[in-house]
Amino acid sequence: MSKNLKALACLAGVLLASPAFADWQLNMRPGVTELSRIAYDLHMRILWICVWIAIAVFGVMIYSLVKFRRSKGAVADTTLLHSTKVEVIWTVIPILILVVMAVPAARGLITDEDMSGADMTIKVTGYQWKWEYTYLDQNVDFFSTLARDSNAARITGSHINPYSVQNYLLDVDHPLVVPVGKKVRVLLTAGDVIHSWWVPAFGIKRDAIPGFVNETWFKAEKVGTYRGQCAELCGRDHGFMPIVVVVKTQADYDAWLKAQQAPPAEAAPANPAPAAT
Amino acid sequence: MSATTMQADAHAHDHSADDHHGPMKGWRRWVYATNHKDIGTMYLVFSLTMFLIGGFIAMLIRAELMRPGMQFLDPVRFNSFTTMHALVMIFGAVMPAFTGLANWMIPMQVGAPDMALPRMNNLSFWLLPFAFTLLLSTFLVSGGAPAGGWTLYPPLVLQTGDAFPMAIFAIHLMGASSIMGAINVIVTIMNMRAPGMTLLKMPLFTWTWLITAYLLIAVMPVLAGAVTMLLTDHYFGTTFFNAAGGGDPVMFQHIFWFFGHPEVYIMILPAFGIVSEIIPTFSRKPLFGYDAMVYATASIAFLSFIVWAHHMFTTGMPLVGEMFFMMSTMLIAIPTGVKVFNWTATMWKGSISFEPPMLFALSFLFLFTIGGFSGLMLAIVPADFQYQDTYFVVAHFHYVLVPGAVFSIMAAVYYWLPKWSGHMYNMKLAKWHFWLSTIFVNVLFFPQHFLGLAGMPRRIPDYNTQFADWNFISSIGGFGFGLSQLLFVYLVWRTVRGGEKASGKVWDDAAPHGLEWTLPSPAPYHSFEEAPEVK
Repeated sequence: MSKNLKALACLAGVLLASPAFADWQLNMRPGVTELSRIAYDLHMRILWICVWIAIAVFGVMIYSLVKFRRSKGAVADTTLLHSTKVEVIWTVIPILILVVMAVPAARGLITDEDMSGADMTIKVTGYQWKWEYTYLDQNVDFFSTLARDSNAARITGSHINPYSVQNYLLDVDHPLVVPVGKKVRVLLTAGDVIHSWWVPAFGIKRDAIPGFVNETWFKAEKVGTYRGQCAELCGRDHGFMPIVVVVKTQADYDAWLKAQQAPPAEAAPANPAPAAT
Repeated sequence: MSATTMQADAHAHDHSADDHHGPMKGWRRWVYATNHKDIGTMYLVFSLTMFLIGGFIAMLIRAELMRPGMQFLDPVRFNSFTTMHALVMIFGAVMPAFTGLANWMIPMQVGAPDMALPRMNNLSFWLLPFAFTLLLSTFLVSGGAPAGGWTLYPPLVLQTGDAFPMAIFAIHLMGASSIMGAINVIVTIMNMRAPGMTLLKMPLFTWTWLITAYLLIAVMPVLAGAVTMLLTDHYFGTTFFNAAGGGDPVMFQHIFWFFGHPEVYIMILPAFGIVSEIIPTFSRKPLFGYDAMVYATASIAFLSFIVWAHHMFTTGMPLVGEMFFMMSTMLIAIPTGVKVFNWTATMWKGSISFEPPMLFALSFLFLFTIGGFSGLMLAIVPADFQYQDTYFVVAHFHYVLVPGAVFSIMAAVYYWLPKWSGHMYNMKLAKWHFWLSTIFVNVLFFPQHFLGLAGMPRRIPDYNTQFADWNFISSIGGFGFGLSQLLFVYLVWRTVRGGEKASGKVWDDAAPHGLEWTLPSPAPYHSFEEAPEVK
């Protein structure tokens, strides 16, 4: 267990270009898929538009508050009741700004919802409080639960320092393994209550709903380990069912898949040694 | 409080022979209350009590989240705290506060002696203490208080223990109370306006409440229907929301948010009204674009019915649905922008002074706008896939609800309290309360934007150490904000008990407009015995 963890940690440390778990983080990260970049670009675009609007609007407000102070002898101009001209202007300009936002948002959304041309399909099933991953037509199926050391530390009053646990609450026993550069279609459902499968670096979040099958997709462009969490309140241990996706090269993935498909008697634990990359 | 209203009563007796029923003595005055001021006072005191209870729960939540690791709460207890914090604050603190303000101010603003339906008014208030006793007592039953989130999503909510039917019945009571309050507001405004007060001469607070009342009547029954279906699913074998029986858990979310989104505006439209009263007064200029303000309020109310599914972008809606709800949500920015621009234009070339109500209104103006910006960001579906159910959302709705709705309520209290009590409050203390609240509310909620963008989901009792720093700051802000409110409680209590006498206009050098300022302070027990003439 701990060997695997260390290996995973090494992998993460070596392969991630940026320190993913830096503290005082302020902003979203661009991630490693087209969808996460769409989300990031839209986020930054809208954020900057909002910042410019804020500078303009708050600027006028602050100017008024300073300039038209009664304590500085300002006298009110009570004839200023309305002006059709400025009212039309401040209705039309926001409409134009909204169009500037809506067009790329609509384009990005169409890409988000384009499930065609998938190379493989994985079914994700949410349970209280673990994930099940089924590789369709590959005869591979396993559960993924919170790593044991995190699980021990998160008990109320455990007195285990969370800082002493690697990837506290963001590590699992059996991560999802996928090949790099392949379009993976993800089918989601749940066995009990609603869960939501979210990997920030992939830019996808989709609810897993009992009795229904949802779909989404991702194509990871970089080998590495990516972490996420359940994003829909699902009861007692909602905060303790993380998602870990290990993206491998095609060759490593093939080897891993083969090991998984071996008859159970000879099978290694579902979690591979990730040292291969 | 009683002393001041006694004076009011004496005043009423001075010039009115019809006034046979002054306030009764002792507890009967409150239990049998039919007077709009007494009922308004009870609503406001109830709301303040709930604000303190909800705030105390929030501080327990922030204490657990102050550092990574589970310090003292069990995860189930944590979930019940987030659920109860929301239910108490929304249905117990914010909504009754606005109803209390409506009770106090609408008859005075339209020139009426009282609300139109005083006995229903009594029932409407007195349902609330029972509803919340029932709701809060769920902490004591087996299985604990509801822990499935205030949104009550099935199937999770069906796992609630004995608290389940109690919470549902409490919600039914709250809904009935709100509907009755709304009916009263509409009947009063429609029938009891002073001669000459046409609809487009009504003060903005009355206008926004009229529109809010229609929203309440439209959506509270929808909530009642949704929770009743939950109840029958749980106890009578129906499967409205159970796929195994042909139902659909997502249908609940559609029904809930068809209530829930107008509900958001129920909690902000009266706030718009309050700010539209206060900014003109302390800018010493009439409101800029009055008609546009009314139409903008009506547009926002209309749009609130066609945007609900933006709370559900990750549930797997069809592309067309996502497009529609993204665009309709973005449209809300237009009337909301009109409002912000009109308030700004009201200050333009004004003569501005910074009394406590104005300070809170200005804080509202800046911080609500920040909440509006994050709302616009949340409308963008591909980006929303990253924001949804993270602390970014928590930051967004707390910006519109705390420095938005709650600050407007405080602004209203600071604006009208001298009119109600006849006493001026301690300005210096009020300014302390303002600055502490405004600083701490930002320390509390601004870092939560960062947490959400860094990937912290909401409604989790514990988190990875990467989130530790901003959570610590946010908790400090939470304790500071919570403790600052004790100043407010002290200040209100002191002002009601006594203090410098307030004049009829209260804000003499600002010459506020509106019929309420033509009455003496404190206002007489029956506001207008004879209808004033409005030109």
